[in-house]
Amino acid sequence: MSENNNEMIERYRGNFLREVEDNVEEGEWVKMCMQCGVCSGSCPLGPHWDFGPQTLFMMIRAGKRDEVLAAEGPWMCTSCYNCIVRCPRELPITHIMHGLAHYAVRMGLAPKNQPTRKFSDLFWKNLKADGRVNELRLGISLYFMHGFVDGIKTALKKAPLGLGMVRTKRMNPMEFFGGHKVRDRKGFHRMLEKAEEIESARIEKGPRPGAE
Amino acid sequence: MPEPVPGIEGAGTDQGVILVVGGGISGITAALEATEAGKDVILIEKRPFIGGRITQLYKYFPKLCHPVCGLEINQRRIKASPRLSVLTMASLESLRGTAGDYTASVRIAPRYVNDRCTACGACAEAVQAEFNDEFHDGLGLTSADRSHAASDDSSGDSSGADPSGDSSTGPLKPARRKGAYLPYPMAWPERFVLDPRIIGTEDARRAFDACRYGAIDLDMTEETVELKVAAVIWATGWKPYDAAKIQPYGYGRIPNVITSLELERMMDPLGPTGGKLVRPSDGLPARNVAFIQCAGSRDRNHLRHCSRICCMVSLKQSTYTRERYGDEGEATIYYIDIRAIDRLEDFYRKIKSDPKVRFIKSKVANITADPRSGDPILHGVDTEGYRRYSNPHDLVVLAIGMQPSVGGDDFPFEVVVNRDGFIEPDPRNGAIFAAGCATDALDVNRSVQSATAAALRAVQVVNAGTMPGLESRRD
Repeated sequence: MSENNNEMIERYRGNFLREVEDNVEEGEWVKMCMQCGVCSGSCPLGPHWDFGPQTLFMMIRAGKRDEVLAAEGPWMCTSCYNCIVRCPRELPITHIMHGLAHYAVRMGLAPKNQPTRKFSDLFWKNLKADGRVNELRLGISLYFMHGFVDGIKTALKKAPLGLGMVRTKRMNPMEFFGGHKVRDRKGFHRMLEKAEEIESARIEKGPRPGAE
Repeated sequence: MPEPVPGIEGAGTDQGVILVVGGGISGITAALEATEAGKDVILIEKRPFIGGRITQLYKYFPKLCHPVCGLEINQRRIKASPRLSVLTMASLESLRGTAGDYTASVRIAPRYVNDRCTACGACAEAVQAEFNDEFHDGLGLTSADRSHAASDDSSGDSSGADPSGDSSTGPLKPARRKGAYLPYPMAWPERFVLDPRIIGTEDARRAFDACRYGAIDLDMTEETVELKVAAVIWATGWKPYDAAKIQPYGYGRIPNVITSLELERMMDPLGPTGGKLVRPSDGLPARNVAFIQCAGSRDRNHLRHCSRICCMVSLKQSTYTRERYGDEGEATIYYIDIRAIDRLEDFYRKIKSDPKVRFIKSKVANITADPRSGDPILHGVDTEGYRRYSNPHDLVVLAIGMQPSVGGDDFPFEVVVNRDGFIEPDPRNGAIFAAGCATDALDVNRSVQSATAAALRAVQVVNAGTMPGLESRRD
């Protein structure tokens, strides 16, 4: 990961806006921002993040690479789409936020203990295993996200809910030991590997052709 | 050549006639420039009076003078122009033919008052029915009223004529006028109008009986006249963008959010508030006023273009709080960037030096209303420091964007328009020349320049009898 990071630093030599345009989903929109601030003002998570979209876009242009990729802001996005709806220049802000978060992970710079990030990791690991989300195991791994003691406490607190779900056949406790899977698990994994291969090749190749 | 319109003198004698559509500042200017150059001009205006938008303005920027002054000069010029005919309540239905040889079909709505009117006002006194006064641009109307303002008839016969509480506070009431009325005190032609909604009622009879000059003619009907014209100047102007479409700003839901045009009406000493700067929700003084720039403009969800005038309008209007409340008045301008170009920059600097005018660089995200006080609260993040704010104000003024009055398929002829609906100068338009805000978002100054240019183009057509140098002018 950090090898990847060093390579990108080497390749773009401080031109972070260009790096974002080339590598972040919808990143080519960043330069269209006119800094009106309506996105940050409209964000329901506004009081909680360190940097909102407006600030992040300015920081990208100012070359604040480390600060942007380590920011919490992009991870706080709940995809409410308020910013996209109100942006006078129709920037796909929500998608850019997700793109930044994803790129930060690829560069190994995403904030380590950010809860949304942790959840995303858990969700992906869970899904990748069998091709289906095992909700029981995902739920339990979420309980233990903040350590063993915390996990036990949360589990006990949620026990009545869980039992109720079992009683009404909303949850099968046997899911914990296996659970349902996609029919062709091997094929599913091969598909993911292929996707990863294509993605790496794209990154390897560097800037998109024609982007000069 | 016979007179183009029976009873209208002047136009149509020995040379091609120029038809000017729209009697606002651009149309008046174009008509006057052309006729003062010796041309025959017919000016048609949809409303019962000429002057257009400027009649509704309290002051002009940057000199902060009153528009009535320039309007009076123009009215005098019109009266002194024998080759200029003015038709009010008239609109262009269709235009056929080619440059230098058009046939225009003009529909004239009945005024029910002829030229014997002395504007004595006896008919208005006799008539009982009242209607919302469209001259005040919906000020004081609730959102429900606003949408029905155009087709107001249920609220017709409230003959009570309450003295619309001059000194009383309380929610702002919509301005009302009688069913026989002079559109506004300086209206020209200085002739009363009967609202078509009273025709056939007892009120029409009352008006007829009250007139001592035989000026009321209840048998007038709509007529359509055909005019032979050489060139057309299209000066139909602009209308404000529908503020209710900017959902987060709450126009129509929050009474203390108004548009810049409504503020102009509020400042008029003869307007609905008697010139008092108040909050529509409760009639209390509006000392702390917020202005929101780019309300509808420069926004791909609304109007894509910059409406150009709104920055200067808000700078101008920021002086209104001081004018009414002295040092107790405060203005805050929320902006993306201030566009005051050329010499107007001086005006911006002057306003900026006033400590009572604050500038906050931020596009306001949304407005909520304090349920107890009715104060509108503006929420957002400012760009100079990225601080979140929730600022209460007494009144919010949306610096509303400009859009062409006539758009889309409403043109009575083929014409080339740009992405924003403004008319492009294009050889395909033949001898149809747009002037003023039909061409772009312009202030009065630039509208007059545009109108003068259009007049010159039209004069060239008249002189040549056709489109002069059409081929060679194309690059």
